[in-house]
Amino acid sequence: MYTEKVMDHFSNPRNVGEIENADGVGEVGNASCGDIMKIFLKVEDGIIKDVKFKTFGCGAAIATSSMVTELAIGKTLDEALVLTNQAVADALDGLPAAKMHCSNLAADALHEAIKDYKQKHS
Amino acid sequence: MKIYLDNNATTPVKGEVLDAMLPFYREQFGNPSSVHWAGRMVSGAIEKAREQVARLINCSPAEIIFVSCGSEGDNFAIKGTADALKHKGNHIITTSVEHPAVLETCEFLEKQGFAVTYLPVDEHGMLDLAELEAAITDKTILISVMWANNEIGNIYPMAKIGEIARRHNVRLHTDAVQAVGKIPVDVQQAKVDMLVLSGHKIGAPKGVGAMYLKRGTRITRFMHGGHQERNRRAGTHNVAGIVGLGVACELAQQNLEKDYRFIRGLRDKLEQGILNSVPDVKLNGHPDADLRLPNTLNVSFNYIEGESLLLFFDMKGIAASSGSACTSGSLEPSHVMSAMGVDIVLAHSSIRFSFGADNTEDEVDYILTELPSIVQRLRDMSPLYHRQEPTPLHCDECRMVHKV
Ligand SMILES: Cc1ncc(COP(=O)(O)O)c(C=O)c1O
Repeated sequence: MYTEKVMDHFSNPRNVGEIENADGVGEVGNASCGDIMKIFLKVEDGIIKDVKFKTFGCGAAIATSSMVTELAIGKTLDEALVLTNQAVADALDGLPAAKMHCSNLAADALHEAIKDYKQKHS
Repeated sequence: MKIYLDNNATTPVKGEVLDAMLPFYREQFGNPSSVHWAGRMVSGAIEKAREQVARLINCSPAEIIFVSCGSEGDNFAIKGTADALKHKGNHIITTSVEHPAVLETCEFLEKQGFAVTYLPVDEHGMLDLAELEAAITDKTILISVMWANNEIGNIYPMAKIGEIARRHNVRLHTDAVQAVGKIPVDVQQAKVDMLVLSGHKIGAPKGVGAMYLKRGTRITRFMHGGHQERNRRAGTHNVAGIVGLGVACELAQQNLEKDYRFIRGLRDKLEQGILNSVPDVKLNGHPDADLRLPNTLNVSFNYIEGESLLLFFDMKGIAASSGSACTSGSLEPSHVMSAMGVDIVLAHSSIRFSFGADNTEDEVDYILTELPSIVQRLRDMSPLYHRQEPTPLHCDECRMVHKV
């Protein structure tokens, strides 16, 4: 049901954890759907230097979280803001249709973290 | 290592069962309804299987109707009763923890004008029998209560429910798909009028089941067509499947006590092992193990979503199942967990291990070695673990999706 890439990111998730004194933190999802994603950012000169995540959720939720951290690191905030959930799913060679709603929120979590950063630094 | 702990989902076909079946795909391929030699060769086999099934649940062979699966049996029993007794009343009593084969059939009947009472359960998943009795009205035509629950393993007190039904002269159907072969099931003692069992849960193949219909119980046909099963269920017999079901029932009867003791030993060991070695684990179902099926263990590993746990188990060769939304194919976690009032995170965290006679103690030891680190790894990944702030609970979008 899951692609090889999903299983790779699920079984060896990249950038798991928290960033202490993160420059931005974003969380999306809820316990009702069974998926909660939290993203932590370290930003320097408008560039995302580090991203970490914590996720409660199914295989797709964990894999998309891991993938979004990889996609975001090194990007400018504006570049990261145009990353979509669909792009994350595509980078994983796709997700099962049933997972596209609740479990594919990683880009949203990233955007929330960027919003949080911008609010704190405006 | 491959460890199969999902026997409530389905079981492997037993060797003896398959051996008994194979001739009915080859030499004995006839249609049992035919008058010629090819038909005659197989009609006896159907009747033998009927006796084997009847003996296991203590009824007469004429009271057994072969069907294609447990779901068909439940549909047949409930819709067939509703139609046959609609002149008497339109009220059905069932429980909120039934299998979808019963629940969705009842929901369908509600749309046809029937009124259904879904009895609640307590935090342990148990029914209040006084409440059941109080729900009976002069319009009640059917009580349908499962003998044992597939998710949590709870065994419902069928003999007491049978007494209540008899006292009020209401027909009683029980979905015994999970009970048969695991615990003693006696339709006389329990005073049930209809009982449904399924082959693939007891070492017979998928695609065959049986319904006990007490002599004299009026029911409207569900499957129309030929005159098979004394006009009660049309369709050319699944001969090999029926033969397999018969043998599986005979084996179940022979091995019931032995299997119960062995399987319960393994289950209890895993249960104790998990509860003793992993913190923040909740047992789902009745805390008294005597009131649960011997093979079923349902536990919630707090802070972790069930599917991700299943996938990690799978990487270690362990097959189990979960009540999380992600695995139930819906947007909400198990209706059984909700009925018990289990916290939403714990409902998503629930894992069911269901044993069979092929499991071994080594397998339990292996799981107990692997499990704590898998759980810890996922907890370390979870934003709910050691969380200070409140957990967001609601999803507006899901509600909308669910309602349409
Ligand atoms: C309690 C219960 N009832 C009914 C069924 C349906 O049986 P079948 O798969 O044979 O249709 C199942 C199987 O999942 C079950 O566990």
